[in-house]
Amino acid sequence: MAPKYVKNAVGRMIPEKINGKPVIPFMGVHKYITDGKRYAPPLPSSANYPKDGNKQVKDLKTALKEAGIKDGMTISTHHHFRNGDLIANQIFQAASEMGLKDLIWFPSASFPCHEPIVEYLKDGTIHHIEGSMNGPLGRFASQGNMRGAGVLRSHGGRYQAVQDGEVVIDIAVIAAPTADPFGNANGLTGESACGLLGFALADSQYAHKVIVVTDNLVPFPCIPWQIQGNYVDYVVEVDQIGIPERIISGTTRITRSPDRLYIAELTAKFCDEVGIIKEGFSFQAGAGGTSLAIGNYFGEIMREKGIKGRFARGGSNQYLVDMLEEGLIDYILDGQTFDLAGVQSMRENPHHVNTSPFTSYNYHGKGNFAGIVDVVILGATEVDVNFNANVVTHSDGLLLHGIGGWQNCLFSKTVILPIPLFRDRIPIIRDEVTTVCGPGELIDVIVTERGIAINPRRKDLLEKTAKSKLPIMTIEELKAEGERICGVPEPVKLGDKVIAAIKWVDGTVIDVVYQVIE
Amino acid sequence: MTQIGSAGNQGPGIRSDCFAALKMKKSGGIKIVLKSKVDALYKNSIRDLAQQILDFYKVEHAELEIIDRGAIELVLAARIEAAVKKCIKSEDEFLLDMIPENQTSTSKDHRRRSRLYLPGNSPKLMLNAGIHQPDAVILDLEDSVAPEKKAEARLMVRNALRGLNFYGTERMVRINQLPAGLEDLEYVVPHHVNLILLPKCEKADQVRTVDEKITQVLTDSSLEYPVYIMPIIESALGVVNAYQIASASDRVAALAIGLEDYTADLGAQRTREGRESFYARNQLVNAAKAAGVQAIDSVFSDVADMDALREVVLEAKSLGFDGMGCIHPRQINVIHETFAPTDAQIEKAKKIVLAFDEASEKGLGVVSLGSKMIDPPVVIRAQNTITIALETGLIQENWKENDHE
Repeated sequence: MAPKYVKNAVGRMIPEKINGKPVIPFMGVHKYITDGKRYAPPLPSSANYPKDGNKQVKDLKTALKEAGIKDGMTISTHHHFRNGDLIANQIFQAASEMGLKDLIWFPSASFPCHEPIVEYLKDGTIHHIEGSMNGPLGRFASQGNMRGAGVLRSHGGRYQAVQDGEVVIDIAVIAAPTADPFGNANGLTGESACGLLGFALADSQYAHKVIVVTDNLVPFPCIPWQIQGNYVDYVVEVDQIGIPERIISGTTRITRSPDRLYIAELTAKFCDEVGIIKEGFSFQAGAGGTSLAIGNYFGEIMREKGIKGRFARGGSNQYLVDMLEEGLIDYILDGQTFDLAGVQSMRENPHHVNTSPFTSYNYHGKGNFAGIVDVVILGATEVDVNFNANVVTHSDGLLLHGIGGWQNCLFSKTVILPIPLFRDRIPIIRDEVTTVCGPGELIDVIVTERGIAINPRRKDLLEKTAKSKLPIMTIEELKAEGERICGVPEPVKLGDKVIAAIKWVDGTVIDVVYQVIE
Repeated sequence: MTQIGSAGNQGPGIRSDCFAALKMKKSGGIKIVLKSKVDALYKNSIRDLAQQILDFYKVEHAELEIIDRGAIELVLAARIEAAVKKCIKSEDEFLLDMIPENQTSTSKDHRRRSRLYLPGNSPKLMLNAGIHQPDAVILDLEDSVAPEKKAEARLMVRNALRGLNFYGTERMVRINQLPAGLEDLEYVVPHHVNLILLPKCEKADQVRTVDEKITQVLTDSSLEYPVYIMPIIESALGVVNAYQIASASDRVAALAIGLEDYTADLGAQRTREGRESFYARNQLVNAAKAAGVQAIDSVFSDVADMDALREVVLEAKSLGFDGMGCIHPRQINVIHETFAPTDAQIEKAKKIVLAFDEASEKGLGVVSLGSKMIDPPVVIRAQNTITIALETGLIQENWKENDHE
């Protein structure tokens, strides 16, 4: 029977059911208000846990068995080790050896190092993934090879889905750079230090069973405890949980590309001209090469004008730490650390504070930090003439990126997307984006090397730049310029099969991704 | 002519470019094999373009393989044409439309503080060159192009001159040393090039030869627009003949010096202090100014060291040079900032321009400032200073109002 589709508030057709479960189509920003109660995991009794607090079991497989792993369960992991994670693959290798079927993997993000997961999708161990699918996994899913549809959520949306019980985590496996036998854990020390463990917070609190895996077991107490052992069922010691040089990304350097530097400089000039860079302001710029350059230009402007910012949101790295230490900002509120300087600063500097998706982004919180940030700098693969943006698929339809905190950050006071007008020959500004990840009403400014487009909703920004020498254009003009250089792209024919759902921050479905035909 | 011809670039790291290989056949019609990074969005238009070019050259039986890494149309067209021309002999040129932005002319005294070198066979670097707003771009056919790539680079440069928007910067081409450079002219002069750089120029005759060839190509194509020449002096003999070279033709707009080759010719090491080329640079500036043309300094090759670049530019400016070459877009701003007038110069220029305005209002023939008479060339220089200061944002459009207050 053909699935029924309904049109959502951004005009996308959404099937009534995904993975056999009914879904709620996106209704508009802040339109979906839920009531009811937070989901709660089973109530534990400390009588059932070792009196001496030693929860160690001999290996991961034993822990999974004792946790009662069985067919169809949802297993969660986190991505603080980025492309250096060694644990997720081991979980599903063990599950495959045990002959388990139809598991659901619920990572906070996946990376190219998770390519071996493809085998477990093929052999039936894993039914589908609810989380980002990067690189090889995205390609596998895009080709229609995954049995269930993927479900992509933002970092905040992941917390929301756990809190309202849409995703019930049967077993959470938390890889921790340091832990004690009770299960207290942190990311600050050890060979695999990654700074913090914020993405595993919801998992620790809401999963039915929690396994902490570490390669740096210390005697009780593990201080500080970013993950509280009181939530933890089992502790496993292994030789190695991650590859340090891949945990700490070596790519987070300021771009040397003159074109990207130009876009970064233009972005900073824009922010300066419209008065965003002012005493006490706050920003979030991410860790890509262009974003780093923008942070650097912000720093130059702040130094020149004697301006001090109140806080910057991380991902942190050397550059942001330098700004903190120079006194250009009072605090770093950090969701993840990208290099050792970030880890060290978080360990030693009380003004470098770890955050979680709960504090920063969660829809079911009594507010969150995202809206407090004055300006956020984000990327996109495509933007349409209504400022709707795509961050997960490429123009050829391939699903290759996760959402991360991108959707959540759209609630900042000003959202700027600095992007090249075209990549190779592919124009970035389209009549319609391949996949809507963020509604245009939340996206304010597109900065390209050939001009800046301001969302007509932001009359204030348009007025402030009315007499500016900055290359302000309409988004239609920018689109025309891109197509003049690249040619008008041909329409891409995609298959009918829905291979993934894109959730909005409130749990509704903003768009779906279709199979590619190759 | 061979039966197999290829052009373009391929391999890891190649972007915004393509590789085209044509195999001529006796029968079987046309077969186009396309492997494109942007297949989903452009496969039909790429195939159509390829077919159009093969039809244009009346190729009826052949296999054309295109390995495309996101090349735009004018790049694809240049590569396919080059591949075809390795297989068949043809004088015909497959020309895409010329954009109106590239049909502009410049003047002999056009501002030439910075000119950005772009390797003539590397389209990736050309695409965004204009956004960095150097005073000029140089599409280079000489040293940055390997000998076996010269033919295809000509087509690449020609197509770029016609179709790539350089956003108002002056469009220059560095041709090869003569005599090969004369053939280059046929590929660039009809396509609204603004200025020709003549490398390794040693004698006035070479300039005259280039001048005549430019005139001939323009006449043959019934075209009429200025095409200037910038001889590059790169040898001891060239330095000696600098004045004759600078004054050899009306087309000469500037004299440039190339210090790598010059120091090699001297048998000296090129040093950062540049004492070995001090004479040559002075001589070149003097010769250029004697002939009434601009003097342009060499390039600075350490693209990471902006402080050293600033020093070099400051020295060039103090010697009387009007501009410098650059090999990386990041150098442009430093060069512009350093060539810009100082605050003291601007203040002085403001006073002179205001005095001139006042004299004109009163109908006075003589401009004076306090007790001093101001000569006309001083007024012109002051006006130029103000123009540059305005363009570089050092003063506001309404500076006169504010200054009167």
